[in-house]
Amino acid sequence: MPEGKEGSPAAMNRTAVERKSDRELVVTRMFDAPAHIVFEAWSKPELFKRWWVPKSAGMSLVSCEMDVRTGGGYRLVFRHPAFDQPMAFFGTYKEVTPHKRIVWTNEESDQGAVTTVTFEENAGKTLVTFHELYPTTAALEEALAGSAQGLPEQFTQLDELLAGRS
Amino acid sequence: MHLALDLPLHPARQCYTLNHMVQCRPSQLDASFAALSDATRRGVLDQLSRADASITDLAGKFHMTLTGMKKHVAVLERAALVTTEKAGRVRTCRLAMRALEEEAAWIERHRRLWSARFDELDKIVEHLKSKEKADARRKRR
Repeated sequence: MPEGKEGSPAAMNRTAVERKSDRELVVTRMFDAPAHIVFEAWSKPELFKRWWVPKSAGMSLVSCEMDVRTGGGYRLVFRHPAFDQPMAFFGTYKEVTPHKRIVWTNEESDQGAVTTVTFEENAGKTLVTFHELYPTTAALEEALAGSAQGLPEQFTQLDELLAGRS
Repeated sequence: MHLALDLPLHPARQCYTLNHMVQCRPSQLDASFAALSDATRRGVLDQLSRADASITDLAGKFHMTLTGMKKHVAVLERAALVTTEKAGRVRTCRLAMRALEEEAAWIERHRRLWSARFDELDKIVEHLKSKEKADARRKRR
């Protein structure tokens, strides 16, 4: 894989994606900050919504409700000009261990994944591992083919937007 | 938490790509060489390198019975050289390399998505970190 393709992030900060098995997807990335800070950016809705969703003209986040504690729920509602109806994504936090681990369900379909994010701190840096486990191989392929196919263009728009701002 | 847009993809099931590298288990290599030791199976691979084909097509081209061709395809499939997919009553065979290339492209698209997402998270994390440092300095005074 060519180095420095995304420009700014150093080799250490590269995002790695691996299809771990027929039903699992794993994404890892190192952050140059202690775990409690990365956890905060992930668990506070006002921060989460600033990085999770493309804010470009293509896609907007209508609402973002997150009650990040064990047994709490989340609900994200997106709107896209191509669709009349907003799209809602929701589920339950099965396990929340502050600064260490968040596990949630994706309940918009009965084929939704269980997602686990871990934050491992070492020498002031934090390794974030995002792990999705799908009930079936077909469910993984369907869900990920769609999201992977659809988003890069929107992220390009987002990049342009952010580049214009900073 | 996905944004679903439908597009079919057929990632290979036996070899997984890690970044751009295709990693196969040693036992799988043995299976590959065994599969390639047969002239008909090499012919099938050659045929599939030009176009995907159903088992019926392949049986016809190689003047074989369906059962015989099924066995050959099963050997190629176990060796991860060919992938098959059944739609209705038709089982379509394709060269695994093509599926692997698709999977590599799929991984790359996904990596770009997460890369963009995590670069944004990085900016927020950096901001929180400097804020925390500034707060700590203020408290010390």
